Amino acid sequence: MPPGSGPGIARRAVAAVIAGLLGVVLAWAVLDLPSGVGPLAGPVRAGAADAGASNPVTAVLLAFRAYDTWLEVVVVLAAVIGVLAVARTRELTARTPPPADPLLTWMTGIVAPLTVLVGGFLLWLGTSAPGGAFQAGAVLGAGALLVWLSGRRSVTALRAPAMATLLALGAAAFLALGAVPLIAGAAMLDIPEDIATELIIAVEAAVTVSVAVSLAVLVIATRAGDGDGGDDA
Amino acid sequence: MSGYEPYMLAGVILIPLALYALVAHPNPLRRVIALNVMGSGVFMVLIGAAARGEGPADPVPHALVLTGIVVAVATSGLAIAIARMLHRMSDDDDDGGGAGEP
Repeated sequence: MPPGSGPGIARRAVAAVIAGLLGVVLAWAVLDLPSGVGPLAGPVRAGAADAGASNPVTAVLLAFRAYDTWLEVVVVLAAVIGVLAVARTRELTARTPPPADPLLTWMTGIVAPLTVLVGGFLLWLGTSAPGGAFQAGAVLGAGALLVWLSGRRSVTALRAPAMATLLALGAAAFLALGAVPLIAGAAMLDIPEDIATELIIAVEAAVTVSVAVSLAVLVIATRAGDGDGGDDA
Repeated sequence: MSGYEPYMLAGVILIPLALYALVAHPNPLRRVIALNVMGSGVFMVLIGAAARGEGPADPVPHALVLTGIVVAVATSGLAIAIARMLHRMSDDDDDGGGAGEP
């Protein structure tokens, strides 16, 4: 094995042994799990409607564990900031889309509007059935990428201030959701029950936009090609 | 037994395989993929564990996996960006790839 081509045989052997042990321990732990769902499932189902979302997964994400979801949105924002920092840019306006393919352009004309429709539907559906901000954001982000792949500027048309606003919208909405109750004298993220559904949908809409733009930016900014120091443009 | 053990065990098999690849492969892209496979294994274990009981599944692990998927994608994006920067820098240092860059 030539030097610099990877870990040596000893390190590989140690890794294999540790990985094997981990597998055995995990398999034992999984098979040893008591049957029945965890202790949180019952209370979550009972309290979901009061928390503003009859879909218990959305109730966990936006009510019971909203703090967790908030920081997760911040993690996505931090990752995008990191990618843009590595690319040494604040906007992607210098990135040229790939050459337009007639078939892809035709297909995008049909599919891209559908992603908006499906994304909006998933967002609306989220409070009462499987769906929500992250699913809707993923669909919308895929639509934005499809537009870009068919030779048009999608998120690359955004100037730095507009792109920063859209990227931070989700975290900002969570910040408002968390801070306003504090000012009103309640606990952080303690939203009133009578408008909880409306607030959840509003925050989810903001998160949807941020997730969609974030995913598209992540893919376009890390793609091989231009804006890359000009080595393989 | 709840019938969901095969899914959890499939996830359990993915985790050590990906851990080995993460340590043993020098190529950064393979490591990013290994990290994703490992995450998928964890998600499978969690989703399988959520369905252990009678009736509907536990929503808490589902919410954890949902956020986990988005974080995994964001992590991969950042990792790939850093890997490409390393690749460019090692190309600048000496043509033909720097140390640790196969």
